[in-house]
Amino acid sequence: MFPANFDYFRAGSLDEAIALLREHDDSKVLAGGHSLVPMMKLRLAQPAAVIDVGRIAELKGIHADGDSLRIGALTTHAEIASSNQVGRHCPVLAKAASQIGDPQVRNKGTIGGNIAHADPASDLPAVLCAVGATVHVRGSGGERSVAASEFFVGLLETDLGEGEILTAIEVPVLGAGSGSAYLKFEHPASGYAVCGAAAVVKLDGAGNCADAALCFNGVAATPYTPDGLGGALRGSNLSDATIDAEVDAAIAIDDPLSDIHASAVYRESLAHTFGKRALKAARDRARG
Amino acid sequence: MSFIGTSVKRREDPTLVTGKGKYTDDLTLPGMTYAVIVRSPYAHAKINSIDTSAAAAHPGVVAVFTGKDIQASGVGGVVPVGWLHPDLKQVPHPILAIDTVRHVGDGVAVVVAEDRYGARDAADLVDVDYEPLDPVTDVVAALEDGAPLVHQDAPGNLAFDWNLGDTEAVDAAFARAHRTASVDLRNNRLIPHAVEPRACLASVDEASGEVTLRMTSQNPHLHRLLMSLASINVPEHKLRVIAPEVGGGFGSKIHHYPDEAITAWCAMQIHRPVKWTATRSETNQTDAHGRDHASHAEIALDADAKIIGLRVVTKAAMGAYLSTFAPSVPTYLYGTLLSGQYDIPAIHVRTLGAFTHTAPVDAYRGAGRPEATFVIERIVDLAADAAGLDPAEFRRRNFIAPDQFPYQTQVALEYDSGNYEGAMAKALEIAGYDELRAEQARRREAGDKKLMGIGFSSFIEACGIAPSAVVGSLGAQAGLWESAKVRVHPTGSVTVYTGSSAHGQGHETTFSQVVADHLGVPMEQVEIVHGDTGQVPFGMGTYGSRSAAVGGSALVKSLDKIVAKGSKIAAHMLEAAAEDVEFADGQFQVKGVPSKNVAWGDVVLQAYLAHNYPEGLEPGLEETSFYDPANFTYPFGTHIAVVEIDSETGEVDVARYISVDDVGNEINPMIVAGQVHGGLAQGIGQALWENAVYDEGGQLVTSTMLDYALPRAHRLPSFELGRTVTPCPHNPLGVKGVGEAGTIASPAAITNAVVDALKPYGVTHMDMPLTSEKVWAAIHENGGS
Repeated sequence: MFPANFDYFRAGSLDEAIALLREHDDSKVLAGGHSLVPMMKLRLAQPAAVIDVGRIAELKGIHADGDSLRIGALTTHAEIASSNQVGRHCPVLAKAASQIGDPQVRNKGTIGGNIAHADPASDLPAVLCAVGATVHVRGSGGERSVAASEFFVGLLETDLGEGEILTAIEVPVLGAGSGSAYLKFEHPASGYAVCGAAAVVKLDGAGNCADAALCFNGVAATPYTPDGLGGALRGSNLSDATIDAEVDAAIAIDDPLSDIHASAVYRESLAHTFGKRALKAARDRARG
Repeated sequence: MSFIGTSVKRREDPTLVTGKGKYTDDLTLPGMTYAVIVRSPYAHAKINSIDTSAAAAHPGVVAVFTGKDIQASGVGGVVPVGWLHPDLKQVPHPILAIDTVRHVGDGVAVVVAEDRYGARDAADLVDVDYEPLDPVTDVVAALEDGAPLVHQDAPGNLAFDWNLGDTEAVDAAFARAHRTASVDLRNNRLIPHAVEPRACLASVDEASGEVTLRMTSQNPHLHRLLMSLASINVPEHKLRVIAPEVGGGFGSKIHHYPDEAITAWCAMQIHRPVKWTATRSETNQTDAHGRDHASHAEIALDADAKIIGLRVVTKAAMGAYLSTFAPSVPTYLYGTLLSGQYDIPAIHVRTLGAFTHTAPVDAYRGAGRPEATFVIERIVDLAADAAGLDPAEFRRRNFIAPDQFPYQTQVALEYDSGNYEGAMAKALEIAGYDELRAEQARRREAGDKKLMGIGFSSFIEACGIAPSAVVGSLGAQAGLWESAKVRVHPTGSVTVYTGSSAHGQGHETTFSQVVADHLGVPMEQVEIVHGDTGQVPFGMGTYGSRSAAVGGSALVKSLDKIVAKGSKIAAHMLEAAAEDVEFADGQFQVKGVPSKNVAWGDVVLQAYLAHNYPEGLEPGLEETSFYDPANFTYPFGTHIAVVEIDSETGEVDVARYISVDDVGNEINPMIVAGQVHGGLAQGIGQALWENAVYDEGGQLVTSTMLDYALPRAHRLPSFELGRTVTPCPHNPLGVKGVGEAGTIASPAAITNAVVDALKPYGVTHMDMPLTSEKVWAAIHENGGS
């Protein structure tokens, strides 16, 4: 468990971090260190340089910003899980953050590091896609934003460009009449999601479905959103039978993950089960 | 004051929980260097050449050695096997591979450097030219025709073919059977996972030439003996093995591995201390694994549903080499237990030991007995089904009755005592069995999506393997007695030197309780020393639940000698005859005249002053004993598991677990309960989650805790413990041992419960681990939701 040699740089500001990234080929950004460091210890990652952004104040903190919450990339899972703002305005994110790893991991691991790593079994990506989050990025060419649903492009692969740093995640305030849930089938060894389901439901004044979203972790290389499910549920009364039928009809995973712990066919079955359970839990919360 | 039977808090814990305990890796010596062992990434390959030049030139590297360097130094350079069968293929196991590697993790070179980072970096620079060969990792495939050979001189990969029992009697039983049942089952391969990985630190005293090895050992004298005989050939009087604090073992720290020999040999070459500590991935690849059996079992019943015959054929993986006690585990520690708690008139067992391109397999918590219990308790359930009887009723009908003891089984053991019905009755009562069955029927009727199952395991184990003459006749290359030296200091405090070697068991507490009771001194006045060949008389160590039964008995023997000698001194002081003096309540007194007494402290002091002293009696108060038991001890019990299965996901939840254990007298009930809890967690882990998986290329897929699923506290219920007490009739404390009971019983209880839950789907057997996917598939292949 000893990493290969590497150079270490601590960036004092975001500008300095971006400059360091540009300066050093084959470098990696270090935030909480809970994805990168284990890979380095196993020598699966052997970057020549590590740029530590962990002390950059501008990347920290949770700020309300109109109809959204802006969560700095360095905000830890523990901070998100215990934040009153997140708990009130985007409870599904707080709930998912509280289920990541163990207390030590949650105290050090950050939301930015987590999603930049883009582990398919991680808990957060599906939640961010389901709520319609936006990812803010900065590089030498300036700032840009990308929808969470566009951010994850492959296994451990994101839309982040060379020399870019993830600065913040913006999540919409879910508001009155909405309910959300994150349920996962835990990997018995790692605790990662073999299948995680994030659901958001918004009811109209009559108690019918105004909007619904469902996204999965763990079942495919990137967060999986069943096609057309939101549209199919919109306007419905969200009865158990409706949810069951529409989830069964919508789920079709292109290239499901498969390993010694869960075959593709089992993962698909879990997606059906957890998709339904998550939507029903979100509905129940929306109904209050 | 009686300490025995009291839940005294563990004396070890304040030190350990405040981080003051010193484990091997905590130790440093001046001039210390660090070793990293270069390991094979291939399961099977020929070594064409090894180029160490780049590694040797790396900054900070002190030396790089290969197997050929060790050979050239003239030492034995092999780790030996310590249990022999008559036809055992004793294949050589060089401490660093010479020309062939036989499992992923097999050592090929060692790099010694000034620091760990340099050693690890340089290890990557050792250039080994491998010629990959086909591997075989599965125990059944290894014994098939045409399988790749692990060792050229072991045709068919057969290490041994071992038989026990009477085939003719068994054939006759099956010929007249009213009903039979059979099962093919696997006992999954497990990786031990002690909290502390294996480590060692070797140094050489240049003045005396003594080599000192501090290491993670369950049996320092055994390590010293084997190293002296076979691997580094340092004579025993020049080799000191010390086990500092040891963070668990579960058997994995019994065995003599190449690593400690390599480390000691390196220290002898470079004349500086060398430390080696395994990484977790390294322990997973190289610690001796457990279990890995494939068995076919058949049972014959008469018209009254009485068992009349049992036939078992087992293929047992040995791995790439024969680990220290590997040949004994699937034979004498397995086949001999196949009578279980049942009166079975005819039994035959055949075990085929097979070499595979995997880590070696050896004793792991329970060692053979969990495998035997799994076979017998699974097939008993199938037999009960065949006979149309409730599993509890079927078991009761076949138990050895209390009046049948001592009971000679058909597989060599003589059970000395037992009351199996008593333990079963207690377990049924705690469980509320009739109500559980009624609830199960109601829920099935209602179509509950949570499937409820109830499973039994009525188990027997044999602890404190003994006596030495018997185990010697069976192939052990060691005696299995234990030593204890008791030194009473002039002021009355006591130091005990025990050959048992605790690594989490709490001997400092329990042995102190025994001393305090016998000598009437406060526990604080007692020190327990263990795990150091330089201080302790030759001892056999801690494994097989033997410490209380064998080590504790040796201690009592020495304490009795202390009291006997003290009585002579006291008699002289009291001007009475020695036989008229008794020791009670911390004083020696004339029998029937308590007022005529002399205190413990005065007698002890007199032993050292020898001023007013019996003629002919040696001064001093120190006694040593070597205790060789008359027999194994036979703990037993009945466990009941209640599971609930989520029929949509297949996830198994252990809703209740009732464990009634009879371990004889309990020295410290809290420590007994702790052992039961830990054992249950490990056994439930085997049943539901743990599995060492090699892929077709021989890579260990489960080499980290990301993939190897250990039991977690939140997945376990609050255990419901009960006990019955049938003291061991042949040792002075009446104790039997508890270290392994939970691990032995629980895999079968859980599996039986899951199969019971799935009965409506036509399931009759499932192999462990009972993963969610496997259970889900069983439900869905049979028409479930």
